[in-house]
Amino acid sequence: MRMPPPDPTTMSRKPQIVRALRKIVPGEGVIAEEDALGAYESDGLTAYRQRPLAVVLPSQTSEVAAILRFCQKEGIKVVPRGAGTSLSGGALPLADGIVLGLGKFNAILDIDYENRCVVAQPGVTNLSVTRAVEDRGFYYAPDPSSQIACTIGGNVAENAGGVHCLKYGLTTNNILGVQVVLMNGELIRLGGKHMDGGGYDIMGLMTGSEGLLGVVTEVTLRILPCPEMARALLLGFPSNAAAGDCVAAIIAAGIIPGGMEMMDRPAVHAAEAFAHPGYPLDVQALLIVEVDGAACEVDALAKRVRSIAQDTGAVSTKVSESEEERLLFWAGRKSAFPAVGRLAPDYYCMDGTIPRGRLPQVLDEIGAMSERFGLRVANVFHAGDGNLHPLILYDANNSGEMECAEAFGAEILRLCVRVGGVLTGEHGVGVEKRDLMETMFNEDDLNQQQRVKCAFDPQSLLNPGKVFPTLRRCAELGRMHVHRGKMPFPELPRF
Amino acid sequence: MVSIFEPTTVDELRQIVAGAVAEKCPIEVSGGSTKKGFGRPSETDAVLGLGGFSGISYHEPGELVLTAGAATPVQEIESRLRAEGQMLAFEPAYLAPLYGTPAESATIGGTLACNLSGPRRPKSGAARDHFLGVKAVSGRGELFKSGGRVVKNVTGYDMCKLLCGSFGTLAVMTDVTLKVVPAPTATRTVLVFGLGDDDAVKTMGEMLGGPHDISGAAHFPTSLASGFVPTASDSVTALRIEGEETAVLARAKRLEGSIAIKGDTALLGDAESIRLWRAVRGLAPFVKTRDEIIWRLAVPPGTGARIVGKIAQTLTFRVFYDWAGGLIWLAFAPVPDAGAKAIRAVVEEVGGTAMLVRAEDRVRNRVDIFEPLGDALRGLSQRVKESFDPMRILNPGRMYAGL
Repeated sequence: MRMPPPDPTTMSRKPQIVRALRKIVPGEGVIAEEDALGAYESDGLTAYRQRPLAVVLPSQTSEVAAILRFCQKEGIKVVPRGAGTSLSGGALPLADGIVLGLGKFNAILDIDYENRCVVAQPGVTNLSVTRAVEDRGFYYAPDPSSQIACTIGGNVAENAGGVHCLKYGLTTNNILGVQVVLMNGELIRLGGKHMDGGGYDIMGLMTGSEGLLGVVTEVTLRILPCPEMARALLLGFPSNAAAGDCVAAIIAAGIIPGGMEMMDRPAVHAAEAFAHPGYPLDVQALLIVEVDGAACEVDALAKRVRSIAQDTGAVSTKVSESEEERLLFWAGRKSAFPAVGRLAPDYYCMDGTIPRGRLPQVLDEIGAMSERFGLRVANVFHAGDGNLHPLILYDANNSGEMECAEAFGAEILRLCVRVGGVLTGEHGVGVEKRDLMETMFNEDDLNQQQRVKCAFDPQSLLNPGKVFPTLRRCAELGRMHVHRGKMPFPELPRF
Repeated sequence: MVSIFEPTTVDELRQIVAGAVAEKCPIEVSGGSTKKGFGRPSETDAVLGLGGFSGISYHEPGELVLTAGAATPVQEIESRLRAEGQMLAFEPAYLAPLYGTPAESATIGGTLACNLSGPRRPKSGAARDHFLGVKAVSGRGELFKSGGRVVKNVTGYDMCKLLCGSFGTLAVMTDVTLKVVPAPTATRTVLVFGLGDDDAVKTMGEMLGGPHDISGAAHFPTSLASGFVPTASDSVTALRIEGEETAVLARAKRLEGSIAIKGDTALLGDAESIRLWRAVRGLAPFVKTRDEIIWRLAVPPGTGARIVGKIAQTLTFRVFYDWAGGLIWLAFAPVPDAGAKAIRAVVEEVGGTAMLVRAEDRVRNRVDIFEPLGDALRGLSQRVKESFDPMRILNPGRMYAGL
């Protein structure tokens, strides 16, 4: 993976830079020793490693502002980092850049039941928001599978999803306000405890911007009352196509389940061996469909889903009879990644989104690719929203296998785009999918995105080398070619 | 003399914008021309009519997405979806009649450009939440796209969010893709009569925080109640439940039973419910009083009644609450500065925003439409505008003077 070439001048100024950072964040808040930097050299995409110049761990918004102001003045690159769970290399350090870790911003500042929101610092973990409000019957809806570890700031940067987003939305649909420090050190507040205040939706733009536009130092999250009841159904099918038909039929019947997950045969077997949730092993595809809402509604919905499944060829159907059983059904799915991880020394988790209807075709083609590349693959799929997670199994100790897995992955993502989908549903582009951006966007598309970046960070110091395949200078992007002469459209109707 | 351009292809559109850049001729971007009275008055001598970009080009019910030309009438989209048992995932507000223009002319592009969301907002999200993909021509005359036709997508910056609510000041949208959802087959509305504003806001908050899955919560004080519920002689608090026939009645009954502050209650069936919430979406009692100033306040929902009480110390107005108190609509006879100073002082205190939705042109020229921006955010907004439209060709000054 090609990263922007390190600037030797910056590298040689490390001692002065560290000294300046220590003035801003005293004590142990600046890490500069080579050994200690090792802990920050990678994120959830462990194939890529790079030690940063230094790591700075501020605990005040004013410190974040001072650090960014200093870095902008001195032309030093900055890589923001939450818990470092990114699966696309979003927090991969740069040799000539500092890592700005937000881990010390780990307080929940306000729980406001009257306005049904929580104000949290970015280093608060996703799950701890729900933990803080569940005794009052509330929860925070986005639930990425890394929710024990991943942080709210990272969730905003990546627009994290989870298994419930078809019904309850992604991070972008569940935040009300953010406080952001811009690269020039300016502090802005967007939104608050109200909804849709007007003005440019810069909060919406920031969400999912992968740390390229600003550093979030506070987030106001919407909390929802827990559904009164939820039931999960385990539905086994003799083919991927039949399971796909069932998904389509459920939606056609006007049902939006709280969650609708699909696993293929290898994933089902791995999950069963790992977590023993009681999955049927004689099926080619398994659906977990969760219906939630008022008790009187849930039983009727579960019955309808079961009958739809039977009509579309389900060979086994099971409805959870208790909360324990419902959680057990999910336990298998939630442990699918580590479970599949036991099947091979290494696995590569992909993330693309496709139109739901293309699922059987895409799974067939992935199967063919698996044979061609000679690597096994297991598929888990957020069937409700079309988000596919093929897990490619490989062994990094076999020379060339990692490269082969990456090539396989890239081909899956190109397939996603070809059938009308996108490169990433919830893991972000990062460094991983950066060089594939041109399969989805043309030069004009990417130029406009980079011009927006220039509005926030004209020197391209914030997380450079991520998302965009080529770094363009803002001056060059801003140039405008104005045609001389008259309006070139005399033939158009003009009244 | 005003020039009107009506391109029918993206190439023509690009040429027009490029030509406007060359001649430094700002253009007004216009869909159905229904909301010219919203935002600051246009500062242009040329109009870019987008009627050529109309029609639903893609709707696959099983995929829960719909793609349409930006100038497709919202009502055309809604009736197509209704025929398939679906609806837009957000509930558009109908502001057009407030300006004396026909609701049926309002376009999906205009609705997105103003980020107009109706009563279902607290449960289901805003227009911005369900705007999945866009094709647009920037103020540089370049066509670009963002997003896609799938629900879940974090590939590149979410430009849809930025264009939503940008009043056509950044780019001219040509095609938009939206999320759609199955429509409920039954609707009931629980009415509670006689609650004061405080009790009503408290009750709506409690009910929204409970297990009732409420899809609309509005309060109409006595002076406006009959404008929404014709038989009402007292204040009305309305809570909407949607879903399937059998469950909806049971849920509505249970909701009725769990309201702690007792007033007389009533239950509206499908037809009456639909009429009521349509009136809320269209601000029905404000339509005929064309000379009245209208403000829209977005506030932390629990503070709604308190804010209105404070503003009432300096202004006399008609008011109703939507979004369980989080959205306040005020209408009153013209006063100097349209009441901006008094309203903004109170709203800022609780961390909300005030938007001037209707006033005469000369007033909207002088009074900020949106919450005034601080220096940092103003600078950033200016740079964002320049990144799309460096020559300020598209709808200059429609949102903020000088931007």
